Amino acid sequence: MAEKILAAHAGCDFVSPGDLVQVDVDIALGNDITAPIAIKIFREAGAKEVFDRTRIALVADHFTPNKDIKSAEQVRMLREFAEEHAILHHYEGGDVGVEHCLLPEKGIVLPGDIVIGADSHTCTYGALGAFATGVGSTDLAATMITGKTWFKVPETIKFVFKGERLPFVSGKDLILYAIGDIGVDGALYMAMEFTGPVIDALPMADRFTMSNMAIEAGGKAGLIAPDAVTEAYVSGRASRPYTFYASDEDASYAKVIEYDCANIEPQIAFPHLPENTVGLSEVGTVELDQVVIGSCTNGRIEDLEVAASVLKGQKVAKGLRLIVLPATPAIWKEALEKGYLAIFMEAGAIIGPPTCGPCLGGHMGILAKGERALATTNRNFVGRMGHPESEVYLSGPAVAAASAVLGRIGSPAEL
Amino acid sequence: MKFKGKVWKFGANIDTDLIIPARYLNTSEPEELAKHCMEDADPEFASKVSPGDIIVAERNFGCGSSREHAPIALKAAGVACVIAPSFARIFYRNAFNMGLPIFECAEAPDMISEGDEIEVDGDTGTIRNLTTGQEMKARPIPAFMQELIADGGLIPHVLKEKQHKG
Repeated sequence: MAEKILAAHAGCDFVSPGDLVQVDVDIALGNDITAPIAIKIFREAGAKEVFDRTRIALVADHFTPNKDIKSAEQVRMLREFAEEHAILHHYEGGDVGVEHCLLPEKGIVLPGDIVIGADSHTCTYGALGAFATGVGSTDLAATMITGKTWFKVPETIKFVFKGERLPFVSGKDLILYAIGDIGVDGALYMAMEFTGPVIDALPMADRFTMSNMAIEAGGKAGLIAPDAVTEAYVSGRASRPYTFYASDEDASYAKVIEYDCANIEPQIAFPHLPENTVGLSEVGTVELDQVVIGSCTNGRIEDLEVAASVLKGQKVAKGLRLIVLPATPAIWKEALEKGYLAIFMEAGAIIGPPTCGPCLGGHMGILAKGERALATTNRNFVGRMGHPESEVYLSGPAVAAASAVLGRIGSPAEL
Repeated sequence: MKFKGKVWKFGANIDTDLIIPARYLNTSEPEELAKHCMEDADPEFASKVSPGDIIVAERNFGCGSSREHAPIALKAAGVACVIAPSFARIFYRNAFNMGLPIFECAEAPDMISEGDEIEVDGDTGTIRNLTTGQEMKARPIPAFMQELIADGGLIPHVLKEKQHKG
């Protein structure tokens, strides 16, 4: 599937793993951390014009609402560049959402696209059947000028999820399980393709969560073949044509890994790597100071719906901070209209604006020395959410919400 | 292209948050980033490292985010090159684009200790541990990449080429 998308954008009939190809890029993305460097490079290179003002997305979502003067300067740099070049997809202020939730929601990234983003979680769009991958600011700058980039065609690992999902198991648990199995460099340089009856039955939000975390296994892309679920999500959002690509029946893979979902219970990743996964029943007692529900991994309306269903009529444990960050303005509004925000407020949660915020230790929920958080985010590296001696555990939204009530990592079944 | 320097050792999966924590990404100024380089792995690293020193780490160096601030911080801190059995792919590409040489060498973590003096020959890929006398092989850096590194990264390199042609 990766090969087909790359070939179509390289003007070839087919490409093979290991080939170096130059491809046309459909969407190039930068944020308030990475785009400032790309803009500097763009100017240093003497470029006068972007390749296509409708194909560049600048999303100021990381340190926004601006956390300090320096962050505000970076966001201003994006704004000025966007105005100068009439960039169509520039988002800040009340329009901004977490980039990897916002771009699919607005139909900016579509099936069959090649998307590069100066943000490692750009691989999220693989859930739509797009070849999407993270790059650095220099590569982003080059694409903003030329509309092209080069890739080494990756090999693909196929994951087949069979059986039935157990209660409270979401896309987050499936991907954490896979990362725990193959390790944080288990798919280094490779594309991951998620298949099988469990994936076929998985809602779009869970698919985004799975593709989002391909990078946590070192993957270049996290692909899911588009189907009726994809079509239902995309139609009505897209304002340009899109193409569904699927792997051939006899496609060759570097490896095929099968999982029986009957064996996959909700997963928790222990500090300080996403591969340190443990089934919920084996966690033991892990007391918490903070729970964060949000991010490009799990800040969608479906995630908030799950959290609200767990938190309805419950109270957050005394001394624990529950922070909920709906990932986009549209999600925020929908959560308000559906009454989820009221449920969160009554439970004693703090509801923040759409932002990456605490996920990367930016702001709005930073941990003190020795504090411990459970988050629906994607990384639990040393110091990721604050002090280098704080700890981050990762889970899906159901377990996160239940744990906020319990004051320790636990299951919704305990409530 | 040769490097000779003192070694700082790090473990496996050194992520970009360790190389440069996100809390400092409200700037992209190299000098500012250098002050916090490797801070959460070794808070004194930035004050201890001398220009020309070399980092030797275990597998999957640079995993995590796409921040180009990571190679920028290492370079500005004075790190001459990084040697590891493997690198995360976005970091790999960013390092060359920023003009930070990196070498893939499976034996390096076992054959080199912290504080050793080593010499790296980019043309042949030979790494010599001057402290122990041991020798090992990394993948050499091709001539065009060496030129790119010498120019300070992809963009300065492209601009220079353009000038020459122009």
